[in-house]
Amino acid sequence: MTPGRRRTNRKAALRASAQRPPALVLAAAIAVSVLVLAPFAVTVFDAAQGGIATTLSLLFRPVMGRLLVNTLGLAVITTLACAVVGTGLAWLVERTDLPGRRVLGVAAPLSLAIPAFIASYAWLSISNVFTGALGAALVVTCAYYPLVYLPVAAALRGADPALEDTARTLGLSPWQCFLRVTLPQLRPALYGGMLLVVLHVLGEFGAFALLRFRTFTTAIYAQYMAGFDANRGALLACVLLLLGLICLVAEHRLRGTRDYARTGQGARRPPVRYALGWLRWPALGVAVALMGVTLGVPLTTIGYWLTQRDAAAIATTGVAPLEVFWAALHSVGYGLAAGIGTAVLALPIAHLSLRHRSRLTTLMERATYLPRGMPGIVIALALVTLSLALLRPLYQSTVLLIAAYAIMFMPLAVVSLRATLAQVQPNLSLSARALGKSPLTVFRRIVFPLAAPGFGAAGALVFISVCTELTTTLLLVPIGAHTLATQVWAASSTFAFAAAAPYAAVLVGISMLATWLVAQRFGRSPIESG
Amino acid sequence: MSNLNSFRTCAALIGFLLLALCLPVSAADQGTVTLYSGQHQQMVRLLVSEFEKQTGIDVKVRDGGGPELANQIVREGQQTPADVIFTENSPALVHLQQKGLLAPVDEQTLKAVPARFNSGKGRWVGVLARENVLTYNPEMVDGSALLDSILDLAKPEWKGKIGVHLDSPDVMPVIKVVALQKGEDAALEWLQGIKRNADLYQHSSGLVNAVNNGDVAIGISNSYYYYRLREQVGKDKMVSRVHHFTNGDPGGQISVSGAAVLKHAQHPEAAQKFVAFMVSEKAQKMLAGSTVDFEYPLRRGVAANPQLKPMDELEPPQITVDELGDNRAALKLLQKAGLM
Repeated sequence: MTPGRRRTNRKAALRASAQRPPALVLAAAIAVSVLVLAPFAVTVFDAAQGGIATTLSLLFRPVMGRLLVNTLGLAVITTLACAVVGTGLAWLVERTDLPGRRVLGVAAPLSLAIPAFIASYAWLSISNVFTGALGAALVVTCAYYPLVYLPVAAALRGADPALEDTARTLGLSPWQCFLRVTLPQLRPALYGGMLLVVLHVLGEFGAFALLRFRTFTTAIYAQYMAGFDANRGALLACVLLLLGLICLVAEHRLRGTRDYARTGQGARRPPVRYALGWLRWPALGVAVALMGVTLGVPLTTIGYWLTQRDAAAIATTGVAPLEVFWAALHSVGYGLAAGIGTAVLALPIAHLSLRHRSRLTTLMERATYLPRGMPGIVIALALVTLSLALLRPLYQSTVLLIAAYAIMFMPLAVVSLRATLAQVQPNLSLSARALGKSPLTVFRRIVFPLAAPGFGAAGALVFISVCTELTTTLLLVPIGAHTLATQVWAASSTFAFAAAAPYAAVLVGISMLATWLVAQRFGRSPIESG
Repeated sequence: MSNLNSFRTCAALIGFLLLALCLPVSAADQGTVTLYSGQHQQMVRLLVSEFEKQTGIDVKVRDGGGPELANQIVREGQQTPADVIFTENSPALVHLQQKGLLAPVDEQTLKAVPARFNSGKGRWVGVLARENVLTYNPEMVDGSALLDSILDLAKPEWKGKIGVHLDSPDVMPVIKVVALQKGEDAALEWLQGIKRNADLYQHSSGLVNAVNNGDVAIGISNSYYYYRLREQVGKDKMVSRVHHFTNGDPGGQISVSGAAVLKHAQHPEAAQKFVAFMVSEKAQKMLAGSTVDFEYPLRRGVAANPQLKPMDELEPPQITVDELGDNRAALKLLQKAGLM
């Protein structure tokens, strides 16, 4: 037998073993799945502690109707608003000759980098008019419409113009063409974006608390602050979980299994741009006004408050540069640790679901999406319960906080990693293995370098999410530590707007910079699919 | 190979971070006190830095709401990291006392404060007190038409004119006093009236602001927030006024902000020192003379901030802190009224 022959045999053997996931990776993936599902299990277990009579009396107590109406009403209104605004802007930027569309394309996603509670602080410091349902709808729509804009813009860029050409030649007007051909093609992107908006609204805490709009999430927090037992909060959390799950399932159903992929062959023409004619100026006016409301108002307001000073009586937080620096260091440190940690934790699941597809591995991958339907406060409370009961040394530790972030933002990392890992040809790894390299060496020298952009994108997305996260941080941050977000919260919730400003400015600066870097460095796809 | 290098850098970074995260969170030495604080941060900051300067003992602070922190200590049980708890209102301390989680406070410390402000069992000491009031905007409501009793605010003529942060730990004692004076049923009826009439706020700072700006005519809150706002915007821009309740009306409730040493404290000696410091003449005078705290110092012989109405001129309800008890009854009423 020649050496070459032996090598081929070995390769074949390796290929066969590739069907079976390596035990270590499988164990790691299972461990991560358990971590992700733990808060879910704890919440349900906690809620079940009350006994049937108590549970029923709590579930049907007078305030529940109000919370349900508020939560669902706002979720529906803002989701529709985000869908209209996001899709409209995406169409203007991608499919028309709107002047300044390039700048708009860069600016549009940036409002994602301004957390909703900071936007609320900005609006609230202008006038009290913005409290209640009106302000809540305004702030949330401004903060979350990019969740629709990004995927829809990508879908518009990727769509095959041939379909529209055909429709137009068959006599459809541009409007009919948009409604009957373009829009249906956008469905997966649109529904996916709308799902993210609903889930964000269900879990939003800081903005609604500042704007005095009561939802399930603010009620859970209020109960916790008032000193109620854990299982009462858990019961409300279960209602919220149920709403989140209904949305996840609904989106899955709505999206259906229809195939939107292009089946034709050959090169594709870039999409058609419609000439807006005289409409271009009003359209530009609307787009600029939108940027003014979503970016201009919060940034200008923060800038204004930077020039003001609060009396010591009001300022909850010091504004000394050193204190701002420490808070920034905590935010960035947590962001980095969680970014790297989450990318590492997501790796086994991303790898298995891609290379060793089975019912188990697909299930594990899907399970990481579950926390998307869980608000941060639910995860945080569950982790407090869990660490107090079982993992005492982790209680109030940095590790627990990072674990909470990892659970919350795991889907972002899994999506980014899967996308790049899919592009790494399995043959390269197999050849290296056949040449006698150990699995670790193969990972180090082949998989990692090729998938590095995916790791980078995964880490960066988690980093941004962690820096702008408020609720979980408030509940789990170790004693004595403050982040930029918690400092903004502490000051703005007591109306110390000037004291909040330096923290808000640094926070928005960091997250905008990171968002811009992600967009530049790693392309747009990871954000879009996140 | 830059890729290999970047891999090494990444691996080193991860290793470093993991190592940093695994370092013990707190070294257990005598030189620290862990304080769970439900009080205003700027005031606690003053106390802590002065104490650290005086004794060399480090104080680590966990901020939160009083009831939240008390509940947390109950859940933490024997292994609580807290040495001292300091709350804005007494019910959270009573709750911990009932659970048997508080150590006796040193005799000397208790003696510094009139007995009626301390736990009857000597488990916590009163540090500061705050008066509940109405703030009103005279451009929207006639000051002389203001009521004798907070109970009147449930009447239909006040619909849309009042604001309150009802589930605040500051207001719960008022609810409890209404229930003690008039009975649970009357208290529930009153709460339902308030619910019909009032705009619900999430923070008393926002409320006193709103009254001053003319967004709402009357606010129910501790006077603390009024004077804080006055400090911020200046006397001249203060449109709103304070209305004090008299004759022992529940609206004029005086709440006690107190401190206690935890039974399972890891640094009991340093904790007792810190609590003693809080009611020391130096600390109490410092707070009373500061521009950040607008509460009555409870140590005998220390004068309050001159902006406040002198404490001996107030006519609060005659209910002891032990009678006031914990927040359970108030929470139950809030829940029945559909407010929580």
